[in-house]
Order: sequence, then structure tokens, then C-alpha cells
Amino acid sequence: MAQRIVIDPVTRIEGHAKITLHLNDAGDVVEARFHVTEFRGFERFCEGRPFREMPALTARICGICPVSHILASAKAGDALLAVEIPEAAVLLRRLMNLGQIIQSHALSFFHLSSPDLLLGYDAEPSRRNLLGLAAAHPDVARQGVRLRQLGQEIVETLGGRRIHPTWAVAGGVDEPLSAEGRDRLRAALPEGLQTIRHTLDWYKRALGTHQEEAQSFGNFPTLFLALVGPDGGLEHYDGRLRVVDAEGKVVADQLDPARYQDFIGEAVEPWSYLKFPYYKPLGYPGGIYRVGPLARLNVASHCGTPEADRELQEFRCLGRGAVLSSFHYHYARLIEILFALERAEQLLDDPRITSTEVMAHARRNRLEGVGVSEAPRGTLFHHYKVRPGGLLSRVNLVIATGQNNLAMNQAILQIARRFVLGERLTEGMLNRVEAGIRAFDPCLSCSTHAMGQMPLRVQLLGPDGMLRDQLVRD
Amino acid sequence: MSFLDMDERLLDLVDKVDLVYSPIMDVKEYPEGVDVALVEGAVANEDHLHHARLIRARTRLLVSFGDCAVSGNVTAMRNPLGSAEPVLERVYREGVDLNPGIPREPGIVPPLLDRVRPLHEVVPIDFFLPGCPPSADLIWFVLTELAEGRAPDLAGKLKYG
Repeated sequence: MAQRIVIDPVTRIEGHAKITLHLNDAGDVVEARFHVTEFRGFERFCEGRPFREMPALTARICGICPVSHILASAKAGDALLAVEIPEAAVLLRRLMNLGQIIQSHALSFFHLSSPDLLLGYDAEPSRRNLLGLAAAHPDVARQGVRLRQLGQEIVETLGGRRIHPTWAVAGGVDEPLSAEGRDRLRAALPEGLQTIRHTLDWYKRALGTHQEEAQSFGNFPTLFLALVGPDGGLEHYDGRLRVVDAEGKVVADQLDPARYQDFIGEAVEPWSYLKFPYYKPLGYPGGIYRVGPLARLNVASHCGTPEADRELQEFRCLGRGAVLSSFHYHYARLIEILFALERAEQLLDDPRITSTEVMAHARRNRLEGVGVSEAPRGTLFHHYKVRPGGLLSRVNLVIATGQNNLAMNQAILQIARRFVLGERLTEGMLNRVEAGIRAFDPCLSCSTHAMGQMPLRVQLLGPDGMLRDQLVRD
Repeated sequence: MSFLDMDERLLDLVDKVDLVYSPIMDVKEYPEGVDVALVEGAVANEDHLHHARLIRARTRLLVSFGDCAVSGNVTAMRNPLGSAEPVLERVYREGVDLNPGIPREPGIVPPLLDRVRPLHEVVPIDFFLPGCPPSADLIWFVLTELAEGRAPDLAGKLKYG
């Protein structure tokens, strides 16, 4: 009997979304769709604004990853000025990006997903959250909160505030780092390192109990795309793009990110406000690719810090070639936190970090600029065209989460086929579908508003429109 | 995010209040008889309008939370373009390589309102807490004052941006 199941809203993610599942007469899930229901239109209403406003404006796309937009926007501004920014400004921007990766990954892992991992997918929904976690595992909850706090303190120390720091601008950064700030951050890192080592330790031991989820949470071949350094190493701020396939073979390397439109296309579907980027050489939807922590670890030849490199070797044993299951985004996120803390330590020990030479002053020298960085969730592109006076005539933003759109849709279909039984629905079945989305840690744009959502009401209707089963989560 | 920036105070908050509804929880239906709600964001589509009214009807004290809720802020920057249509056209028809078309699946993708509105234009508000975002200290102050049954004295504490 054909049925449609609607999960509305998807919770413990950033932003607003629904999921629909279609079941055929035999009760098998035949289609699953992830619908993003927010739209604000930055690409249009930013046209006509001065390009130097863009870091502050586009930061408002998101409260979790404003730093990513600020950095990509400032880099697009650097390209419009056609300047090389001072060395210290690069180091400081890198440091802020690492701070954001630490806080964002900690938020995804501890605040949003660990209730599933530690309390169980079928745990009582009213308890299955950070506060429930705090009651059952107070140490884990507190460590997670403090790790996220450390990331936010890096952002705040550099930018003067935790959310929307208007600090990185076209040409560099507004304020250097004081010796006092450096020392304070340096002293805070050991606790973070201790937390992440401990977390990796228990997470790896617990992996065995999540085998079913690891096998079905978006476990399929795709391409992976991320920035890499000149030597192919893990890179979050600069560098060029590399694409690898499911076997881990390099398909394209050292692509110029400013020419992204040569190899990334964007498609639209009538059922979601989120566009569907694809790798152009393979067409749509065959050009499905993934970005973010899992993609970065699949794409990079090495991390470049000692502890993260040891973890990467162990991580790679999960795949023959690339690690394919999207469930392992969690694991990849933890390794990236470790990397970010190690790299932050190196940056803070670099004597150049407190240089006061942090800004290149110039007027607009080009009419087009592209800024690219790795946001916590994947590669982020800001592409601006300006008129000679510096007002924007065209804005294109390719957001990290969008690039996982095809994969997220395929993942929920795989999960629903494995776990959702049409004849007798349980809340835990649907929570697994949502948990598959959480593994990707999508960021669906938050500033429109993040509260005030629809109830979850799942109804199974027969072909005659009669209610056969109903599930209300409250 | 700024709410989470209360850091470890978050874990103390549970001793003072019951958190009954939030994006970080799996409660999907906004409950009846809520004492205080912080509602962020401007009213930009039909779902927002519906939710704002539902929350107002079920809540004693409604706080308009953050600059988008208080003034429309960046979200309302599309208002001078007249309606939602030119914005949708630009993004879903001009800016794509394949299948251009505006997403409109009925019952799934909520239609945009032609004008983005601040929250107080659609429901009555009890407290305004501007800021982009309001600081974690300010959120903590307001919540702890309300939990003690006092109206928070916000004089000199409020700012936009």
C-alpha cells in the first residue's frame, strides 16, 4: 500500500528541513527526499552593496560558521584588491578558522549527535539531547561544552567577539594578536588536547556497537572534493582543489578554485530551496560528490601534525581506498579537532603571529574575485563581480552543505530502506533517518529564525486516504 | 549559537528552568502553557507566520530575540526589491546550470511572504532583546531574572549589531 511519511522538522541540526519517505504497495521505501525549507536570497540583495561590506553581511548567513563566510568573503575582497596580504594576517586568519572548526565540530559531535551515540537512537526523545546527556554522562557533556568554548575563545580573542566578528576584511585583518592573548590561548590548548584524545579513545572503542549504522548511513561510492596544500596535505584556508574517487584515486588535482564553474555545476529541484551542485565532468546526478571532514581526510595525502597523522592512518583502515560511510563523518570530525588543536599550537608558537603588520592597503584593482576556504562542513566559494566604483553587480555563493545535498538524499534513502518498516513505524526508526542527516552536520542557514517549528506528525495513509497508523512526537 | 555560548552555565540552567522546546531537542510540537519563549528570526515565509502565531497563543511571555526578530535586519534587505519574485528568479533561474525553476512544491516548500516583517508586526511582544546576536551574558541575565519572577531591567544593556 503506497504511503508517504513526513518528518517535520528534522531536529538537532542547524536550520530548517523536512524529510519525506515514499513507500510502495509492498511497504518498501522507494524514494526519500531531504527538503530545505528556508530561503533568504543573499545572492540577490547583496548586489549593489560595496564589496567591503560583504564579510560583515555574509557572516549573517550563519551563526555557527560566520567565520567561514567572513574568511571566504575577505579572500574574494583580497582578489578584487589584487594584493598579497601580510604573512601575519594569513597566520591569524588560519588560526581563527581552526578555532571555528574546533567549536563547530564540537557542537556537532557533543551537543547534537552524541545523544544518539551514547543514549541510543531509540532512547526516550524527551531525554535524547544535551541535557539528557548531561544527566547520564555529565563528564562527556561538560568536556564537550568546554571544548566548544575553547574554539569560541580563539575566535573571540582574535575578533573581539564570538559570533560575527567583523575582523577579517579585504586586505588582511583589523587587529593583530597581542602577546597576552597569545599566551592565554596557548595555556588553554592542553585541556582541549586532553579532551579530544580521550574522546577519540572512547569513540573508537564504541565504534563496534554502531556497525549497523556505519554500514547503512550513507555508505556508497561518490567522489570527494576538498582543498589541499601544495604537497597534497590537509588544508583549510588556502591551496587548490583535489577530487578523489571511491577507490581513493586522484581524479583531478591542483584545480584552481577560482575556476570552480568549469567543474562544478548547480541544479535545482522543485522540492527544496537548497540547490544541487554536481561535478560537471560526470553530469547530473552522476557527478555526486561529498565535501567536509570525511572528504578532506579522504582527499588529503596527510594531515601534517604528528598525532592527527597517526589517527589518519588508523582511520584509513575503515575503507579500501576512500572511507565511504557518511557515518564516519563523526570520526573524521574528531580527527580534525585534534589536527586543529595541534596546528593552533604550532601557529601560536610561531613568532610571526604577533606581528602588527596585518593589513595591505589598496583600492579595487580587479572587477572579479573568488574567495575559497574550507568551512567546517566543506569547501565554500564566494564569487563577486563589481562595477568600477566597487559596488557589487553579481554575487554567487556555493555553500559547503549544498554540495552534500545529493549525498544526503541518497543517504536517507539507504537508511530508510534499512530501518523503516511501513507496517509498524517506531520513533526510533525515524530518528535513525534524521541521525543520518546529522552525520553530515548540515548548516541550513540559521539567522532567519531557528525556533518555532512544526510538530512531527507522521501519518500512514491508505490509498483510500484512510489513516492506517499515526505517530506524533512531543 | 549565542544561547550555547552561555557555556557551562547551560548545564546550570536546568536547575532553574525546564527547557521544553528548542532546535537542540527532539520535541517536535510546541507545547501548551509555556512560560517564556525566545523567538529569533524575521517573519519571511508562511511557515514562520504560522509558527509565530502558534507560539504566541501557547506562551505567557514572548521575547523578540535578536536583530532579525526585532527589526527584520539583514533578512529584510530583500524588501526594497518589491516582492520575493525577483530574488527567487535571480537565484533559481539565472544562477543555475541545470533544471532552472523556482522550488514551489505545495505543502513542502513554504511560500515566501512578499515582505519580510519583524516579529512584533505579526504578534504582540513582551520583551525585545536586540543584538546580532544578543550576548550570552545578556541572555543569562534575562533568563535568570525571569526565572526569579522579576521583569529584567534592560535599561542601558541593549544594543543593535
